[in-house]
Amino acid sequence: MTIAHDVVEWFTDPEQWEGTFGIPHRTFEHVQISAVSLLAAFALAVPVGVTLGHLRRGGGTAAVIANIGRAVPSFGVLVLMIQFFGIGAGPTFVALVLLAVPPMLTNAYVGVAGVPDGVRDAARGMGLTPWQVLWRVELPVASPVLMAGVRTAAVTVVATASLAAVVAWGGLGRFVVDGIAQRDEAQTFGGAILIAALAMVTELFLAGIQRLVVPAPLRSRTGSVRRAARAAQPELRPADQAPGRDRGQGP
Amino acid sequence: MHRREAPLRPNGGAAIRLAHVRKHYPGAAQAAVGDLSLDVPEGEVVVLVGPSGCGKTTVLKMVNRLVEPTAGEIHVLGEDVRSVAAPVLRRRIGYVIQQIGLFPHRTVEANVATVPRLLGWDRRRIRDRVAELVELVGLDPALLQRYPSELSGGQQQRVGVARALAADPPILLMDEPYSAVDPIVRARLQDELLALQRRLHKTIVLVTHDVDEAIKLGDRVAILNVGGVLAQYAPPAELLRAPADDFVAAFLGSERGLKLLSLVTVGQVASIEGPVVDGDVTPGEAAAVMRRFGVDWVGVRAGGRLVGWVADRDLDGRRRVADAPAQPFNAALRPDTTLREALDVLINSRTRVAVLVDDDHRYLGMLTVDQIAEGLR
Repeated sequence: MTIAHDVVEWFTDPEQWEGTFGIPHRTFEHVQISAVSLLAAFALAVPVGVTLGHLRRGGGTAAVIANIGRAVPSFGVLVLMIQFFGIGAGPTFVALVLLAVPPMLTNAYVGVAGVPDGVRDAARGMGLTPWQVLWRVELPVASPVLMAGVRTAAVTVVATASLAAVVAWGGLGRFVVDGIAQRDEAQTFGGAILIAALAMVTELFLAGIQRLVVPAPLRSRTGSVRRAARAAQPELRPADQAPGRDRGQGP
Repeated sequence: MHRREAPLRPNGGAAIRLAHVRKHYPGAAQAAVGDLSLDVPEGEVVVLVGPSGCGKTTVLKMVNRLVEPTAGEIHVLGEDVRSVAAPVLRRRIGYVIQQIGLFPHRTVEANVATVPRLLGWDRRRIRDRVAELVELVGLDPALLQRYPSELSGGQQQRVGVARALAADPPILLMDEPYSAVDPIVRARLQDELLALQRRLHKTIVLVTHDVDEAIKLGDRVAILNVGGVLAQYAPPAELLRAPADDFVAAFLGSERGLKLLSLVTVGQVASIEGPVVDGDVTPGEAAAVMRRFGVDWVGVRAGGRLVGWVADRDLDGRRRVADAPAQPFNAALRPDTTLREALDVLINSRTRVAVLVDDDHRYLGMLTVDQIAEGLR
């Protein structure tokens, strides 16, 4: 009997698809804690990053926060937070928020601060108010970079939310943790597959959101990837953006 | 007390008036602009030119309050710039910058429509205005739905100008508008600006570090020295004829006379009557005129027009000058021809003179190198 066969059997067992211990409910829990953590991190990080970027100040502070955030191990935070919140969703939430803040903060800052001086000067010189400069120019132009930060944070959070099971909460990590405890390899692998699948679905979902949010001419995976690709291989441009430089009435 | 009649504009025709303006950036050792007073007359192109560090861009940005002066007053169309909110002020002043600064996420059409939208124009009016502007700056209307990254540098610059002119502001500020494009495109855009200005009569303040651009575009040129000190403020021809000091002379370069050639027109120079006779005079009378001018040819006039010229040797045995075969003059100059072109005609002419006629081809006089040299003094 192979492990693959066991995993298939685990997935096809009708019991896995029912009740509070079943896959649908565990998935719901996983999505729930991930989404709440991401929203909280977004609400914390993006306004700060955008404000600093708009003012073009505190770039150093943003970098320091980001680096500290990256250096702190999520598992350590989790254990530490048990001291304050007890076991359950609380410590997981805090750990996930701390994990999601750095990429969102950095990218919000870099995206907005990276809006070209000329574009910003022109916007102000045309008579846009500071709010209009932010909403109509800086945020749209920064959106590819900002969204890249959100996607990075989201995928990391979805993967890391599995730790909730360690502190006696639910989510898909439950299968992995319980599987290890019960020496049930099929359950462990099944859980791992589900977590990976959910991370990928999240990535696809946010790619869709990005298409809606980012203005057409700035659309691509991330601003930097697009710029690099353009510079290196202009012939790889999408068909609707065939070299415009040589078209129309040239000067 | 006797009250003087109020002038139409309290500032007496100056569209922009800077009075004792100073700008000291925090932390800087020296003032960027120190006590500058300058009037920009309505409907003229004033060019601010000077070496880097002369504060020319700072001066420009103080007019639309992108930079706030440390001291002094700035009036635009008679109004203190501080009396209105900065965004409101800026919507009345066109602004074109070196980096052009088109919004990359908006189409050309939306870029041009920026200020009309801010002013809340209705859609139809905006659409009509955009169409008008595209024609005005010489853009292909097919480009309206493109994005800025799809345009060439010259096209982007035209869009930048169209955007600045969108709400028909009486004043246009241009900050090194052509330094990012190559010289050929630059020359063409400069010509287009002059053509545009002949139609629109805006008050334009343009900043450049290129003295030739200043001479070409400016009705008046303000030469600034480091620290925003106004070295000289005069029409370009006056600058070239009489630079105020060594700095101005050095900045204008060693070829002042040559630069002046492009600025002075034939009509501004005293022409001479020249060796010209009516066609029905005798060869003897013609010979007397030739002797008087020390030449071996004579121009032949018929009914106020100059027919051509006849060589001394061809007059032998003729009854009248008109009987001899007349050779045409190379080219005729108009009063608005520049001395530069006149000199070119002179150099290429066998007779070493250039003929001057009016729009109806009536003979006005002749120019030689002597007259041109005199005109440059």
